[in-house]
Amino acid sequence: MGFLNRKDILFIGLLATLVLVVLPLGLEPFRLNLVGKYLTYGFVALGLVLCWGDAGILSLGQGVFFGLGGYCMAMFLKLEASTPEATKIQSTPGIPDFMDWNQITELPLFWRPFHSLGLTLVAIPLVPALLALLVGFAMFKRRVGGTYFAIITQAMAAILTILIIGQQGYTGGVNGITDLRTLNGWDIRTDHARTVLYFVNGGLLVACLLLGQYVRRSKLGRILVAMRDKEDRVRFSGYAVADFKIFVFCFAAALAGIGGAMFTLQVGFMSPSFVGIVPSIEMVIFCAVGGRTSLLGAVYGALAVNWARTALSEAFPELWLLALGSLFILVVVAFPDGLAGVYRKTFDPALDRLLPWLRRRPAAHPPAVLPGAPVASVE
Amino acid sequence: MADDTRYPLHRRRLMQGMAGASAAALLPWSARAQAPATAAINTTGLAVTDSTVTVGILHSITGTMAISETGSVEAEKLAISEINAQGGVLGRQIKSIQEDGASDWPNFAEKAKKLLVGDKCAAVFGCWTSASRKAVLPVFEQYNGMLYYPTFYEGLEQSKNVIYTGQEATQQILAGLDWVNKTRGSKTFYLLGSDYIWPRTSNKIARKHIEGHLAGCKVVGEDYFPLGHTQFNSVINKIKLSKPDVIYAIIVGGSNVAFYKQLKAAGVDLNKQTLLTISVTEDEIGGIGGDNIAGAFACMKYFQSLDNPNNKAFVADFDKMYGDKSVIGDVTQAAYLGPWLWKLTAEKAGSFDVDKIAAASPGVEFKGAPEGYVRIHENHHLWSKTRVGKALANGQYELVYETAELVQPDPFPKGYQ
Repeated sequence: MGFLNRKDILFIGLLATLVLVVLPLGLEPFRLNLVGKYLTYGFVALGLVLCWGDAGILSLGQGVFFGLGGYCMAMFLKLEASTPEATKIQSTPGIPDFMDWNQITELPLFWRPFHSLGLTLVAIPLVPALLALLVGFAMFKRRVGGTYFAIITQAMAAILTILIIGQQGYTGGVNGITDLRTLNGWDIRTDHARTVLYFVNGGLLVACLLLGQYVRRSKLGRILVAMRDKEDRVRFSGYAVADFKIFVFCFAAALAGIGGAMFTLQVGFMSPSFVGIVPSIEMVIFCAVGGRTSLLGAVYGALAVNWARTALSEAFPELWLLALGSLFILVVVAFPDGLAGVYRKTFDPALDRLLPWLRRRPAAHPPAVLPGAPVASVE
Repeated sequence: MADDTRYPLHRRRLMQGMAGASAAALLPWSARAQAPATAAINTTGLAVTDSTVTVGILHSITGTMAISETGSVEAEKLAISEINAQGGVLGRQIKSIQEDGASDWPNFAEKAKKLLVGDKCAAVFGCWTSASRKAVLPVFEQYNGMLYYPTFYEGLEQSKNVIYTGQEATQQILAGLDWVNKTRGSKTFYLLGSDYIWPRTSNKIARKHIEGHLAGCKVVGEDYFPLGHTQFNSVINKIKLSKPDVIYAIIVGGSNVAFYKQLKAAGVDLNKQTLLTISVTEDEIGGIGGDNIAGAFACMKYFQSLDNPNNKAFVADFDKMYGDKSVIGDVTQAAYLGPWLWKLTAEKAGSFDVDKIAAASPGVEFKGAPEGYVRIHENHHLWSKTRVGKALANGQYELVYETAELVQPDPFPKGYQ
């Protein structure tokens, strides 16, 4: 655990306790399932911290990767739900119902691999990462960055949405892929299954957070930050800037894909409404509210914004969007660095005074951060 | 009409609060004393007290669908307040909890779950698009809730936990095609639609009917457009070249505005060229403009102009509650049926239990329906008449035909799939 200092261990431990112990004890299954849904956006937010906060690549198309991961999972579940017995009223039994409605009589080729759970699990991070590789290669090798890159990712979100809606025979169209029932024979709709999935989701999220922190504390992580602050200098020092950018973009995409798959499992369907421009921007907002340079902040941001969304819309069904919008403006104006910024300014110095031993790193390791170098912190 | 993002229409009044709870206080004690014991009529832990029963209203009141779904919310609240004024259901006043689906399908699923699991609603009136219904259906089936769904839709679905108060596709399509074939001698049809499940399924049924059941008739063209499409000139040229007897249009949302305006601009006179649509209610005409669509025919089950005492009273009550010049379309009327059908079913079953409501639903008839009379079929859809109206320049439809008998709902039509 050389990449974690004492403070990291404390705060990641606190998050893990909150997610895996406190919330499950304090919430009824319905609310817990909702929190599980919020946490799936945490995966996307983690990726955005690395991609946007560290490397300075603003992607407004993370919904695409979230959606691809989600669709991979949904395709597997849908095939499992479309047994010939369950679909015997269709013209062609054994294929998903929406294909039958669209006069498709044979399972399309690209659906075939999703009969296998193993291949599906591989596809969930891989398909988003491959698309990110393609886009990243085309963009970063040509040194397209900044605003242009953001616009292109946004176009990508729009294109994929149109593609999914237009090809409804193959994708379920606007309705999405619905009525998912079992995972390898295990009914995912029961309260018990939802609770199990919640813990799997929470555990995965903490694992991804540790992985993200590992990347940030490595030399690679410091190159990313350096690239953000002085790209040319890094390039002239002999680093292949584009390759690092492609890597971090793919990494964020794979994380988003995992989040999407967990979303499908917990919510029970996938639709193009998670893929488009609006959800992609919302994902950036989660990250901004939490603090874009803090992994933990991003997770808390995803939790807080989604919780506010649910709470406000239940309390004020007619005004909630307005209230949520005002809240965003307030947060951005008052705390430009998000929740993590508030913590760093006020609580962190106090904590250092109260518990000075926290500041010391484990003795076995030399200081990983040189004086004056940008510090990637997790709090 | 399933999925749709409609043109912002001219109308829409401010939402009015529900007066259900306050009406309970005014109810004479005797009425409550006669009410059956709560334990007897609610064995599954729904939100029923000695004086109230809680239901949910789940529509989009924000987002792109708000403009379409607001009418349904208004109709459902009107029905609930009328039922409360008459003494409620099984001696209990109806309290409604409204949630916002926000034009977002997963959000519908979340809110449906909240209404069923958190609030224990005895029934939920809601959803509009097919996508939102598909999203909530597993929730209603899993938690055994009761949904009253108002929109005319593509069929291919039937659930113990849903009562479909709008027409399914065959009800809306077959009678209209027969009528246009018989009375206007139409032989050739050009099918148009927005590109998603409802228009595609509907046109599939229309094509099978035209080619298989109407002697000497054929389809001369079929085209689909993405939702929100606004360039119809090329298809209008194709239509002009193939000279169909009937243009059969299932275009939804803002696309309608562009389509009918461009049709008129291209010199297609709807008083000479027969056009039959199943997707334009009075609500849409507000956006299209009466002048642009006058002369077209629409086939559905309800028009605001229907001349019967039920409808006159309904329109007057609607105006009274929400202000004059209400525009009431087919779906709004179907939404109004929901609370009434639920009340009648609960009284027939003598219980609020969802299983008993589901079992008692077939055969329940509502004689006070604005459309005249409806009855619930074994398949949980409604028997209803199908009507053809001719669009007038003032934005209303003039009834030109209605089926003599109620049309049987057939969500899985044999020979049409």
